[in-house]
Amino acid sequence: MNRRDFIHQTTGATALITLGSLGLQSFVDSAKPTKITILHTNDVHSHIEAFSAEDGRNANKGGVARRASLIESIKNKNPNTLLFDAGDIFQGTPYFNYYGGELEFKLMSKLKYDAATIGNHDFDNGIDGLYTQLPHAEFDFITANYDFSNTIMDSHTKPYKIFNKGGIKIGVFGLGIELKGLVDPAMYKETKYLDPIETSQEMVKTLKDDKQCDLVICLSHLGYNYRNSETKISDLKLAAATKDIDLIIGGHTHTFLKKPTVIKNIEGNNMLVNQVGCYGINLGKIDFYFDADKNKAANGASIIV
Amino acid sequence: MLFTKVAKVQSKYFISMRFTYLFFLLNIFLFSSCKQERQHLFKVEGKNIEITDSLKTNQEIDAFIKPYRDHINKDLDSVLAYSVNTYSKTDGHLNTAIGNFMADAVYNEANPIFKNRTGKDIDMVILNYGGIRSIISKGHITTRTAYQLMPFENSIVVVALKGNQIDSLTNYLRLRKRAHPISKLKLVLDKNFDIVEATIKGEKINVNKTYYVATNDYLYNNGDNMRFFKPNDSLHILNYKVRNALIDNFKKVDTISPIIDDRFIQLN
Repeated sequence: MNRRDFIHQTTGATALITLGSLGLQSFVDSAKPTKITILHTNDVHSHIEAFSAEDGRNANKGGVARRASLIESIKNKNPNTLLFDAGDIFQGTPYFNYYGGELEFKLMSKLKYDAATIGNHDFDNGIDGLYTQLPHAEFDFITANYDFSNTIMDSHTKPYKIFNKGGIKIGVFGLGIELKGLVDPAMYKETKYLDPIETSQEMVKTLKDDKQCDLVICLSHLGYNYRNSETKISDLKLAAATKDIDLIIGGHTHTFLKKPTVIKNIEGNNMLVNQVGCYGINLGKIDFYFDADKNKAANGASIIV
Repeated sequence: MLFTKVAKVQSKYFISMRFTYLFFLLNIFLFSSCKQERQHLFKVEGKNIEITDSLKTNQEIDAFIKPYRDHINKDLDSVLAYSVNTYSKTDGHLNTAIGNFMADAVYNEANPIFKNRTGKDIDMVILNYGGIRSIISKGHITTRTAYQLMPFENSIVVVALKGNQIDSLTNYLRLRKRAHPISKLKLVLDKNFDIVEATIKGEKINVNKTYYVATNDYLYNNGDNMRFFKPNDSLHILNYKVRNALIDNFKKVDTISPIIDDRFIQLN
């Protein structure tokens, strides 16, 4: 008997013993799938109130107080729920002009957002304007490709964050859009923009290989797709150029997707890109089901959209 | 001899057992106590849910918003001036009453600031038609009117342009055939949309003169394809929002009654 076989056999025996000694509880646990629910918004742009009944395009849609009750009911059904925003929290209604984003951050904290990434409009009152509002945010800002080290935002963001829900490790990293040409340099100051694809590869290596995350999610403000530009990086391009990302939650282009987009990554595996338009009109909801039974996942995960 | 041999075999057997037992413990430790059995993703379901009025309003959240809402509404609804008529950017061909009002307001409010800082006067103003975001309704003008008219945060900048660049500017206006708001510039086109008269503050444009053109930072940065601002002799950032200029202007004037005039016209 060589050593490898020996260990192999022993493992088999142990598995049986474990099952026997821990009894029914363990059996039930491994038999029941774990469901992780990811909720997300993007480009809410200070739209705190619902659109009025007279609005020409979005009558009676949106509103933070309604979003709160929807999130609450989903969380009641599944406590293993995370809530994210993909940037451009600021700018669009007088709430921002009058309070500089204070109310936006306070409400997102009340709704128990777990994290957000930074959009270009979040620099609209300058990087100092963003920094000033940070005390009102009881959630993390996640961005891996803005180097803030020479700015006031230094150490106030994280490249990634790992969440543990129902025994599942969920690694989340953030990506921002190139600010040059989009935002006045006087606003973003010495913020350095790093290549999103290279950054993603590093993040995935950290989250998947080093930290052994079961799920990898990217919060992106790159934009869904740019039909007129072959070179401009977008969520669809990022998805196709990387591996091991399960979900890209997008923003910036205000793209109203009827349902999440299933797209193949560089290894030919299916993953999801989603974006829910803008102004808090929609809430994205992605459910990930996990099971200890390897056979269920033998042919890869089935994606239903 | 025989006994020793048996003992040796037994001892070997026990060592082997001990190792097996250790592996049992190790396995239990690894797979049960420290980390739960690795779970595998087998299904993903995704959908986007619309936030509609069929959802109930969370009263706690709404109550939290209320003081902010009340303050803003009180401020936005404060009356600043009176509008004699309803003005829309769709009324007029190459110049509109509402556009003329906006460009003139920018001139009137920004010029004292610019003059104070540089000792020079603004020579002309150009804004863009697309930047007029709503009508001005007959009746009370409030702060809300200014927000509706100009919801964006764009600020006024003054660009020093040589006379030949003003030609590019007038050529842009000629080709666009749109009522882009202007002030202090006069442009007359013939029936073929060729320029027959172009003056700034009543004087012919001098190719060698430097003109101080006020616009907003969006247009300065090639917004609406206005590519004639760069390169330039100098750029003056006033840190003065277009909307604030409108609000300041509304506060100064009692009533507004702008008209469609002859600043940008086409001859028959």
